[in-house]
Amino acid sequence: MEGWDPNTKSTLTQIPLLSIKAGPRDGAAWTQRLKEEYKGLIAYTSMNKSNDNDWFRISAANPEGTRWTGKCWYVHNLLKYEFDLQFDIPVTYPSTAPEIELPQLDGKTHKMYRGGKICLTVHFKPLWAKNCPRFGIAHALCLGLAPWLAAEVPILVDSGMIKHKDDVATSIL
Amino acid sequence: MEAELKAMLSDLETLKRSLPDPSHHASIDKMQLRVEHLTNLAKSAPVQRSKVKDMSAEVVDSNPYSRLMALQRMGIVQNYERIREFSVAIVGIGGVGSVAAEMLTRCGIGRLLLYDYDKVELANMNRLFFRPEQVGMTKTDAAVQTLSDINPDVVLESYTLNITTVQGFETFVSSLKNKTFRPSKEGSGVDLVLSCVDNYEARMVVNQACNELNQTWMESGVSEDAVSGHIQLLIPGETACFACAPPLVVASGIDERTLKREGVCAASLPTTMGVVAGLLVQNTLKYLLKFGHVSPYLGYNALKDYFPTMEMKPNPQCSNVACVDRQREYLLVKPARDAAAKAKIEAEALSATEFPLHDDNEWNISVVDDSELDKTDVRSLDALPDGLVRELPNADEFQKLPVPLETANSIDDLDDLRRQLEALSAG
Repeated sequence: MEGWDPNTKSTLTQIPLLSIKAGPRDGAAWTQRLKEEYKGLIAYTSMNKSNDNDWFRISAANPEGTRWTGKCWYVHNLLKYEFDLQFDIPVTYPSTAPEIELPQLDGKTHKMYRGGKICLTVHFKPLWAKNCPRFGIAHALCLGLAPWLAAEVPILVDSGMIKHKDDVATSIL
Repeated sequence: MEAELKAMLSDLETLKRSLPDPSHHASIDKMQLRVEHLTNLAKSAPVQRSKVKDMSAEVVDSNPYSRLMALQRMGIVQNYERIREFSVAIVGIGGVGSVAAEMLTRCGIGRLLLYDYDKVELANMNRLFFRPEQVGMTKTDAAVQTLSDINPDVVLESYTLNITTVQGFETFVSSLKNKTFRPSKEGSGVDLVLSCVDNYEARMVVNQACNELNQTWMESGVSEDAVSGHIQLLIPGETACFACAPPLVVASGIDERTLKREGVCAASLPTTMGVVAGLLVQNTLKYLLKFGHVSPYLGYNALKDYFPTMEMKPNPQCSNVACVDRQREYLLVKPARDAAAKAKIEAEALSATEFPLHDDNEWNISVVDDSELDKTDVRSLDALPDGLVRELPNADEFQKLPVPLETANSIDDLDDLRRQLEALSAG
């Protein structure tokens, strides 16, 4: 965890760790894992809210909890940029992390694979591998997506690849 | 087309004859000439060759298999035509998978199963196989289009899906199990699975499927900096599976800190990908047609032209349950297998030497087979050959926490938890 800012580190320690190593094909064990996932997400979301650092919304898109959708946002120069967020829980979860997708940014940055999957190779994958099965969705958002947004959104805005929604509206009018 | 044009010519002839006014004849003659010209063009247009029933060894220009069947005459391969019985599944039809598919198609493989969910893009044109006019097509469709033109004898099946999703995985596994192509085949419906995907997640999925099906497969990969690659043979229970230890990568040989990672996630070269596809299909042919030595692991460092090799034993504590099951099965049949191998070696020795090597053996000296000792323990980091490194760290050891006794007020119902998160999201 060297190189991570103290804020992320202290946030991370407050997200409850998971204990059940189970994926979507593991029946009842997956249901238990899913409960742990919810507890992690609930703890992380309420922590963000109380620290005035709310930055995502997420919910399961199917009853099995294998697909998740929501929104995430990042504030740059006092303007809020919001993106759709989605991912599938892979069959080999939690040995492999979910591949977080921001489909609206597909093709706008090199730090992304086809389909809008954000590039997590360097900063996140080794951490996930080291901490399997204790990390869950909340950890993936905290250590995978949050630093990606912090690094990429300013570049995307400054290079004109994305525009704030108010600017887009005025240009149409 | 030729028949249509011929009919048109005769129609024009009839028309010419039925016209009483000869003033139109000149223009009809002109039209006839044009149709004749078109007929010639149609004749020179590319035609797809028809299917071949048996592979012939006859050396004539029109035989697509003469140079392959020559492998038999030269004593390299015992029975080349067996290749038509084999089914190979290729997962990932990108820079390596598409080239591997073309090689196997040209070799006259019996059946190819192709898996990919991506589309062809102009950004793929630095690699081999796909053509600019195929941009926008799914990679599977574009591959079938090209491969069926090259060799109509190959049975092609394409699956446009993402194998890492729950649904995609089910289709993937059931397609591997399907035995309609060769019902007499033992085990699954395919002889080999080739993983040509570009990410760790998909490799772990192929590993999962093959461990469950007890299916031998080969892994291939090219590094994101495009200057190294590897191939690996995985036999469930016998060799290390992909989850037995963090994956190996060939070190680029340059200082990692000098690598500029800013702004890009992946580079690629047609050369490195072509080399890796070639190594992969070479190993595939040796495995299927039983010639030469099948490499358990072969790395390729393009900067130094260095090819490290190694063998890996499975990890008895592998986190993959199916892998551990296959290891147990493998150990159960080990005595019988060893005895058979020994008998084979003895039979060969007997036919080769008619007299004993040494008349007496006062000290009871015997040669011990050390082939088992050559294999590297998959978990040990220091035993890696030069030039190979781990891509990811091992999972930390951690004690399973005793299941906390649920206190009365702690919520442990899935629906309640879901509602709680929704309430937080609404606020």
